Order: sequence, then C-alpha cells, then structure tokens
Amino acid sequence: MTLTKAGMVEHLFDELGLNKREAKELVEMFFEEIRTALEEGQNIKLSGFGNFMLRDKAQRPGRNPKSGEAIPVSARRVVTFRPGQKLKQRVEKYAGSIQ
Amino acid sequence: MTKSEIINILARKQSHLSSKDIELSVKILLDQISDTLTSGERIEIRGFGSFSLHHRTARKGRNPKTGEQVQLSPKHVPHFKPGKEMRERVNENKDKYPIQD
Repeated sequence: MTLTKAGMVEHLFDELGLNKREAKELVEMFFEEIRTALEEGQNIKLSGFGNFMLRDKAQRPGRNPKSGEAIPVSARRVVTFRPGQKLKQRVEKYAGSIQ
Repeated sequence: MTKSEIINILARKQSHLSSKDIELSVKILLDQISDTLTSGERIEIRGFGSFSLHHRTARKGRNPKTGEQVQLSPKHVPHFKPGKEMRERVNENKDKYPIQD
C-alpha cells in the first residue's frame, strides 16, 4: 500500500506515542522545512537516506509533441534526489514487481 | 542543510516536544520511507513529491581499475519525482537565491 502522510502520522503515534495532532504537525513541518530550504537555494543532506540537490538548467530547444512546433524550454531550477549508499544497497535486492 | 539542522529548526518550532522526541521522530520517518521503498511500495507526499523504485536491467560493466568485464545483475534504484508545488516554489525563487551546499 502506498505510504502517505496519514500513514506516517499513524506510525509516529504507534512508535513514539505522540498524539495525532502533534504527529500531524511534525510530519507537515518536516516536509515544509525541506521545501523551504530548497526554495531558498539550500541543498539538503540527510545522512543514511540521501541528498536533495538543486540544479540550474539552461534554456534548451524543445518541441510541442503534438504539433511538432519548435518552442524553447525555458531556463529552470530543478530538484533531484541522490539516494545514499545505505538506501541504494537496501532497495537493490528488491526482487518483486514494482507497484 | 543537514538532518541535524532540520532537527534543530523543528525543535525550536515545536517547543512543547523534547528535542530527543523530535530527533527520534525524524529517524522514524526516514526509516519508514526507506522500509516502504525496500518492500517495493511507493510513498506519496502531496506538494512535496513521490518516491518509488525504478528497475535497472542486467548489463555488462567493467571494473574501472582492471578494465575486466563483469556481468551486473538487474536491480532496483530509488527514484524521487518532485511534486507540483515543490517544482513551482523552487523554480520561482531561482533568481533570488543562489544554490548553496
């Protein structure tokens, strides 16, 4: 089953005994702090998990796939995730099919 | 920004919780995401992004030291796709903030 914030709140409640409101605030705030830092140009390094890295991409030629018309893809900043060694090693062995 | 800096910010903003609890919560959260990926399931956080696995087929590689050819087994790698709000907020502020580590 897909994990969502609700599942994280439930898990914090079960594991740590935070009440649901506290757990919900904390989960929201955790992701919001990461987003705010990225918004302000800061790369995020979460040891044992991975890094969220920002990249500035230059404008490049593109095409409207439907009409074939040439339109430039504007310069932009994107977020990429680079998983850490530990996470990569763990998921590598997953042998089932992907959901 | 590092994990411990995030923990410090959260501890400051959630002063009714002990910093020990905040630290544990962050660990529990990241472990849960890793465990979920390890079992092949997806994580979806609206406005932030989604994590899933991507499959890599078997391929021939080389040992970079010896140049010897080796067969690499198929495997899965973690993948993150930023959500709409994340993409927009990061991109809208690109001219205001230079990228820093």
